[in-house]
Amino acid sequence: MSFDATYQDQKFSAVGSRPVRPDGVDKVTGRARYGADFNMPGQLVARVLRSPHAHARIVRIDTSRAEDLQGVKAVITAADLPDLSEGDQSLYDTLDNCLARTKVFYDGHAVAAVAAIDAKTARTALKRIEVEYEVLPHVVDVDEAIKADAPVLHETIFTEGIEPKPETPSNVANRSEFGHGDVDAGFAEADSIVERSYLTEQTHQGYIEPHACVASFNADDTAELWVCTQGHFVYRQKCANLLGLDVSKLRVTSSEIGGGFGGKTHVWTEPVALALSRKAGRPVKLVMSREEVFRASGPTSATSIDVKIGARGDGTITAATATLRYSCGPYADIWAELGAMTSFACYDLENVKTVGYEVLVNRPKTAAYRAPSAPMAAFAVESSMDELAHKIGMDPVAFRIKNAASEGTRSSYGPVYGPIGIGPTLEAAQSHPHMHSPLETNQGRGMACGFWFNFGGQTCTDLNVNEDGTVTLAVGTVDVGGSRASLSLVAAEELGIPYENVKTVVADTATLGYNDMTDGSRGTFSSSMATISAARNAITVMCERAALTWDIPVEDVVWEDGHAKAVGVKHGNLAPLSIQEIAAVSGKNGGPIAGHSELVADGAGVSFATHICDVEVDPETGATKILRYTVIQDAGKAVHPDYVEGQYQGGAAQGIGWALNEEYVYGADGRLQNPGFLDYRIPVCSDLPMIDTQILEIPNPNHPYGVRGVGETSIVPPLAAIANAVSKAVGVRMSHIPMSPPRILAALGGETEG
Amino acid sequence: MGSIAVSTTINGDNVEFLCQADETLLDVLRDRLGLTGAKEGCGTGDCGACSTIMDDRVVCSCLILGAEAEGRSIETIEGMANGHVLHPLQTKFLEHAALQCGVCTPGFLMAAKALLDTNPDPTEEEIRFWLAGNLCRCTGYDKIVRAVQDAAREMREGLS
Repeated sequence: MSFDATYQDQKFSAVGSRPVRPDGVDKVTGRARYGADFNMPGQLVARVLRSPHAHARIVRIDTSRAEDLQGVKAVITAADLPDLSEGDQSLYDTLDNCLARTKVFYDGHAVAAVAAIDAKTARTALKRIEVEYEVLPHVVDVDEAIKADAPVLHETIFTEGIEPKPETPSNVANRSEFGHGDVDAGFAEADSIVERSYLTEQTHQGYIEPHACVASFNADDTAELWVCTQGHFVYRQKCANLLGLDVSKLRVTSSEIGGGFGGKTHVWTEPVALALSRKAGRPVKLVMSREEVFRASGPTSATSIDVKIGARGDGTITAATATLRYSCGPYADIWAELGAMTSFACYDLENVKTVGYEVLVNRPKTAAYRAPSAPMAAFAVESSMDELAHKIGMDPVAFRIKNAASEGTRSSYGPVYGPIGIGPTLEAAQSHPHMHSPLETNQGRGMACGFWFNFGGQTCTDLNVNEDGTVTLAVGTVDVGGSRASLSLVAAEELGIPYENVKTVVADTATLGYNDMTDGSRGTFSSSMATISAARNAITVMCERAALTWDIPVEDVVWEDGHAKAVGVKHGNLAPLSIQEIAAVSGKNGGPIAGHSELVADGAGVSFATHICDVEVDPETGATKILRYTVIQDAGKAVHPDYVEGQYQGGAAQGIGWALNEEYVYGADGRLQNPGFLDYRIPVCSDLPMIDTQILEIPNPNHPYGVRGVGETSIVPPLAAIANAVSKAVGVRMSHIPMSPPRILAALGGETEG
Repeated sequence: MGSIAVSTTINGDNVEFLCQADETLLDVLRDRLGLTGAKEGCGTGDCGACSTIMDDRVVCSCLILGAEAEGRSIETIEGMANGHVLHPLQTKFLEHAALQCGVCTPGFLMAAKALLDTNPDPTEEEIRFWLAGNLCRCTGYDKIVRAVQDAAREMREGLS
């Protein structure tokens, strides 16, 4: 059925309210079941053996002593996961990351796994596996890795995107370039130019729930997987491909998810658990420890970025360039490319050029982390924007407003913008009381802007009208932060029934068509679009049923306020039929009532935010305190404002941690020194103030309600906003994230940078 | 290794269980007693997701041995509501949308309950420092602090 997703202005009744979420009571009573909260009869416990080396060739693995241990039911190595990638490099890389095949590429790389009757037996078995390594030179630093004499991770990788093809292999996996105009000519027109290099360290998504799954491989070659994931359909596809299963034979159920932020969009141990179950003939539970999460699952890129921006005396930017080097771990991806695309997306630039280099290092495979790659690029660009505004004597907000992109602007990465929110968020910042409150000694105020693309993607929903007129909505996008509440609101809105009469559930992979992951801020955007479509299809059915009941043409029936109504004077005596009345007779009147929807949710409106931050820096210790923080972001339409605010606040808090504390620390031996929450310190409650939010609503023209994704943009501006604030407080430009006390003391003079 | 027999009180009920000497209270709760409301976020006492109350003190159950529960009184998230009547903290967490993924929520609720049991009128700073042992990666703590403040207010007014 054709579906028109065009925005239509309307007065909302359910959408925009703040009801309690449908999964809430389970979550405050401890009943909600997360990845590790599920068990199966006869279940075994799995543990993974991991490399103690940053880079080594696997000479020999002997598992016989582990297999001989009483209680051990299966031991696997890469040999138990044959290469079925058939030239699909991405699939091969995933396989190699799950269990190393010929070399280990980072401290923590999995080499073998055990399933045993209990955890203690499994741990003992790991100690009995003998692995002989030929240790190789390693490189963990992004700038070191691109040097000509750096140890090369893959002899088969020659930098893509360079003509002619290089003659020697390199750790630079690919080069990407974006922009338009003539930057040399633009810089020649500039009255002032700033040029600076920036570094950001590697951070982890830091979800509180470690990766966990229960895999059950049956004798008839079918399998089930219970797992915490942001995308159970994608996990099904990857696991089926890696294990050589028909997709229909693997049923994946997504548990409640204890945070993901991009880190649960990639498979890690799930194929290993399935392979163990296949070999042992019993269900297998595999839960990562926190140390394993840090050493072997999804950190973001470490980066090294050069920015140059020039402007005329009146504040018009004449040219801007950025060169971005992003670490990707041992497997190439598109992290530098995303950074290069997002760098200058906030601005309307005549001449702009960005170049990204994807750099292989002996660190864990880089995974998506909330607006992946954008925060680091924004840190570099927005720091330079502040510096340039200061140089030409302009207010930093006014300078940004003068150069802000608007509807019709050709973005630095290519597309021409529709209606967008960068200008309005800046204007809201300019007039916000926060911008005009007084500051004291050692305090500084910073602001910065951020951009994220947002994504739509493949989406499928089922809306079932139950026999009492209540509604069950089955969606395929995992609920990471309240989307079941939002989607219930949307169904209630469209059907004209109370929120309480809609129950939204996340369906498993066997009961609904394919859905892309909950990533790219797509969950509520795309599933609400599909929900509206499904609801309209159900309304069509209900209007047909009413027409049948009344024995009038269906063209004379409309749906209003949860009722079918006959229109026209000739039907004046027909009382409206409620959804309950229609549902009650459905069994005698055509059968069950349902609306289905399958669509590709195109037109995810791009998202912009402006953040304002006040800090105080203690000159004796170098410690920074966040005094006040304000997030202003365009939501298109806030479906459930509580959870929109929650996304704004959560992203800001993660950005604060990234800006001030969080970093992977590697020793000279290439091993991670701080794989735990004690030494990898994420913000705690006493570190933060209240985080103020201001929701702007600039409707997305490509969604019926004007909704834009809201989940990711909030992590983009904080690094730069805080760096700008700290730089003002200490009087020195801070160019290395995180701005931990040792780095701030070093910037203040005397001390060596830590 | 032989098992240890432990007699304890959990959520007001007498409970007996067998455990190994090196088994944590968290493992006992989750794996032997089916009380999976307490979560293992780290296993090293850094995240507070396994917070439970032992003899009126909030503890990380991953740092307590199961055998140490002998003769003690343990409160877990499963015992916080009175049947279908939620504790004011639970209600306020829902009303304030103080959870997103919810995996840290049981720990926060137990820690917050221990706070309000001893200090019915905490300042924002007292709340923030009391809850500093519980990590939340989703919310930025704003709505959690507001929920605790609101629950404290309601509990005080209910008493007066």
